[in-house]
Amino acid sequence: MSPYLTMNPFGFPILSTVIFLPLAGVFFILFLKDGNKIKTTAFVAGLLTLAASLILFFNFDAGTPLFQFGESLAWIPAYNITYALGVDGISIMLIVLTTMISPLCVLCSWKAIEKRVKEFMICILLMETAMIGVFCALDFILFYVFWEAMLIPMYLLIAVWGGPNKDYASLKFFIYTLFGSVFLLVAIIALYLVNGTFSIPEAMFKGYSFTFQIWVFLAFAIAFAIKVPMFPFHTWLPAAHTEAPTAGSVLLASILLKMGTYGFIRFCLPIVPLASIYFAPFMMVLSIVAIIYAGFVCLSQTDMKKLIAYSSVAHMGFVTLGIFTFTVYGFMGAMLQMLNHGVTTGALFLMVGIIYERTHSRQIYDNAGLGKFMPAYMGFFGLFALSSFAFPGTNSFVGELYVLISAFVRSRTAGFFAVVGAVVAAAYMLKLLKQIAWGREDKRDFKDLNVREFVYLTPLAIFVLWVGLFPAPFVRVMETTLVHLFMQLNKLSQ
Amino acid sequence: MTLLPELYMFLFSVFFLFLSVGKKRTSLFTAARVLALVGFFITLVCSGARGVFFAGAYQVDFFSQIFKVLLSAGFTLVVFMFEKENEVENLPEFFMFLGFSTLGLMILVSSVELISIVVSLEISSFSLYAIVPLRKAQTRTQIEAAMKYLFFGAISTGIMLYGMGYLYGMAHSTYLPDIMARLPQFLSQPLGVLAIILALSAFFFKLSLFPLHFWAPDIYEGASDATTTFIATVPKIAATALLIRLAMLASSSPAQLATVIIVFAAFSMTLGNLVGLVQKDLKRLLAYSGIAHAGYLMMGLLSFNREGNAAAAYYIAVYLFMNLALFYVVMLLSRRGEKNVTINDLSGLARRSPLLALTLAVAAFSLAGIPPTGGFTGKFFLFVTAFKAGYLAIVIIAAVNTVISLFYYLNLVRVSYSRESEELRPLALAFHEKVLCCVFNIVIIYLGLMPFGLIDLFRDAM
Repeated sequence: MSPYLTMNPFGFPILSTVIFLPLAGVFFILFLKDGNKIKTTAFVAGLLTLAASLILFFNFDAGTPLFQFGESLAWIPAYNITYALGVDGISIMLIVLTTMISPLCVLCSWKAIEKRVKEFMICILLMETAMIGVFCALDFILFYVFWEAMLIPMYLLIAVWGGPNKDYASLKFFIYTLFGSVFLLVAIIALYLVNGTFSIPEAMFKGYSFTFQIWVFLAFAIAFAIKVPMFPFHTWLPAAHTEAPTAGSVLLASILLKMGTYGFIRFCLPIVPLASIYFAPFMMVLSIVAIIYAGFVCLSQTDMKKLIAYSSVAHMGFVTLGIFTFTVYGFMGAMLQMLNHGVTTGALFLMVGIIYERTHSRQIYDNAGLGKFMPAYMGFFGLFALSSFAFPGTNSFVGELYVLISAFVRSRTAGFFAVVGAVVAAAYMLKLLKQIAWGREDKRDFKDLNVREFVYLTPLAIFVLWVGLFPAPFVRVMETTLVHLFMQLNKLSQ
Repeated sequence: MTLLPELYMFLFSVFFLFLSVGKKRTSLFTAARVLALVGFFITLVCSGARGVFFAGAYQVDFFSQIFKVLLSAGFTLVVFMFEKENEVENLPEFFMFLGFSTLGLMILVSSVELISIVVSLEISSFSLYAIVPLRKAQTRTQIEAAMKYLFFGAISTGIMLYGMGYLYGMAHSTYLPDIMARLPQFLSQPLGVLAIILALSAFFFKLSLFPLHFWAPDIYEGASDATTTFIATVPKIAATALLIRLAMLASSSPAQLATVIIVFAAFSMTLGNLVGLVQKDLKRLLAYSGIAHAGYLMMGLLSFNREGNAAAAYYIAVYLFMNLALFYVVMLLSRRGEKNVTINDLSGLARRSPLLALTLAVAAFSLAGIPPTGGFTGKFFLFVTAFKAGYLAIVIIAAVNTVISLFYYLNLVRVSYSRESEELRPLALAFHEKVLCCVFNIVIIYLGLMPFGLIDLFRDAM
């Protein structure tokens, strides 16, 4: 066992269990014909995975920066590739986020998906396996296999069950992401030729030559910046989000975008620290451009889904801004914002999905003035909208505060512009909220939330308030790992 | 019984030669399938055979036997894949020619001497020249295809012989080990590089590598589906085997040769993928995809070491299965149709036959090189070995090409899954067709996730 891993305290490989439980669900679904049974099986598989990941969470030792619950098996010995898994403070929260969002995606598609239910549920579960795998993998090739394998079900989700412009959106999504990934692959091979192994922990803090770091950073950055997406590479996102079915949008927003920023924290900072520091000002500028530019684009949207998609670009800008300030607060803010954005934006997409099922339109005007006859819906919508622009008391406030503090520490100009971005966010979200609640006078009749919708919105609402009012438990989980990362970076840059 | 696989293949062909004189029978398919399967198992059993024949001109070693198993697997699968409806005329003759062609290729992978190489290559090629026009509907394209294949094939053989003449002049020997041993001192002169490239031209032709790629689209389009499937897969294995054999015999890495191969590879993949983007006919598209893949394959041969050779061998093995899988979809779709399958014919496939659509998706993603399919793993090995040998440029070109090629592979999946068609008649598959589809899917994903057994085997053989 390598020194980076602590042993798995359970008698069975718990991480593999979490990863492959959804796949087991797929296996059962293959033999089912009835639509309801298929949905139930998918939901149960999701819940079991959630339960398994909670076992992981409650047994997680927050006091060590090492990778825990380690598993390591030789996979392709000829190339020194191992099947290595492990989680640390950075990945554990993202895994729980994934396992929490996935069953909700099954629930929100219960009525919305009518054709090819079986294939749809298989795609969702395959996605879940691949997404958890990405966050657990400690071997570059294993990581890359999960990272790419995820594209196929996501592509199908958009291309088969998507909106009218699905052809264009799904193709753009796939090509864009793959374009980034091939450079990631080349960088991975370059690291392998230097290290002789594909192990991720063993590639960290190695002190490669500066030129080498620059090239590897650029290759990584293309892949991750496309996934985040950062400013000049964001154009696939609104298209994909708008055309995807609700569950697809939620998965994209909540989990897939996090993989880019996860990549920055997991790969760029520890593996090529000098290059990361060198490029940090550029990355900060790009982040701020994303925050402000996306904010202004949001102001002029008439399509709810598009608005929320562009707001994602702005929110992810805060995450990358936090990462590249190179402060502990920045890292923590970035991590928290990743979770917050996952929950809040996921929830907002669910809200759009709910109203779309009733009005069959995503236009703000068609969905305006719901306050009178959908009070419960408006309650949830209001909460998530407030959370989206970081209203105090909601989850995003905590994360954004951390990021803003760190931005001011690093550079006052950066901090100033980030605050401007935050104000624009308030402007567009409040505008949307006003429209949806009171925007129309005429009497229409839609049913308010049903029980199923309550069930999947409530946990998200609880999370929003919990993190907003008492973030300590979440911060504690990731603190040790992030402080360790910060110390290591500090040692190198001196 | 070291020569049993070759002998069996010979008897197989002769058996069908005699059948072709008799009256028409319908039970031919069963006979051919059973006999081909028996041949595959015989080849498998004989994989441990060793021996040297004809004063060292014919070597039976682990390397040759493993490629014979691949050839036999490809041949057997092709025989299993097509049906009467696949517009092949004169069935017994068709089996006979396929058999002779495979026999020639089997001899080729064992030959280590110029003259036996030429003879075996011609045995294989002449059979193929004969079956290209064997298509029911006599149209001009297929006659044109047959003529083109014959002429280009003959010209490439001529060029090869010309190059071999130079090689003999330089090395004073027709044995490959002698030639490769003396080659380094000639490689510093342009003549040496020219001679070896010319001598290899017939194999580049078989692989459809730039600059000898131009025949592929027309022949693929004109020949019947079954013939195309064979031409697109089995001869490429033998050509790769011979190139690997040469790379194995080369004592050191000849930089001049590597430069030429890089240029060919880069042009081949870029040209194949760019022209592939605009194809409408599925078989033409696969021809350009084959040109691109020949380019990828060359990356393994650049490094002139065991890893590179094993990577190339692994890639051609994966290529066999993923290409056969895609061609199988083409064959099943074109059943009873006399026209070639176009991309538009794929629309609604996921409705008409989910399994076939899945097979198409798996094969297309594999050809594009997306994990967890074999295409990714094979390409990954190629990237690593080429990068390790210091050829970063070609790795980046190949990486960019992967993205370009994704456009048209993804298009196939997109059309079959997301486009609805007017024709919603379900496409019923017979039991053995379903089994074959599942076999393709499982093998492709198995090769992607668990390459260790096969890649180690190849490393031992190199």
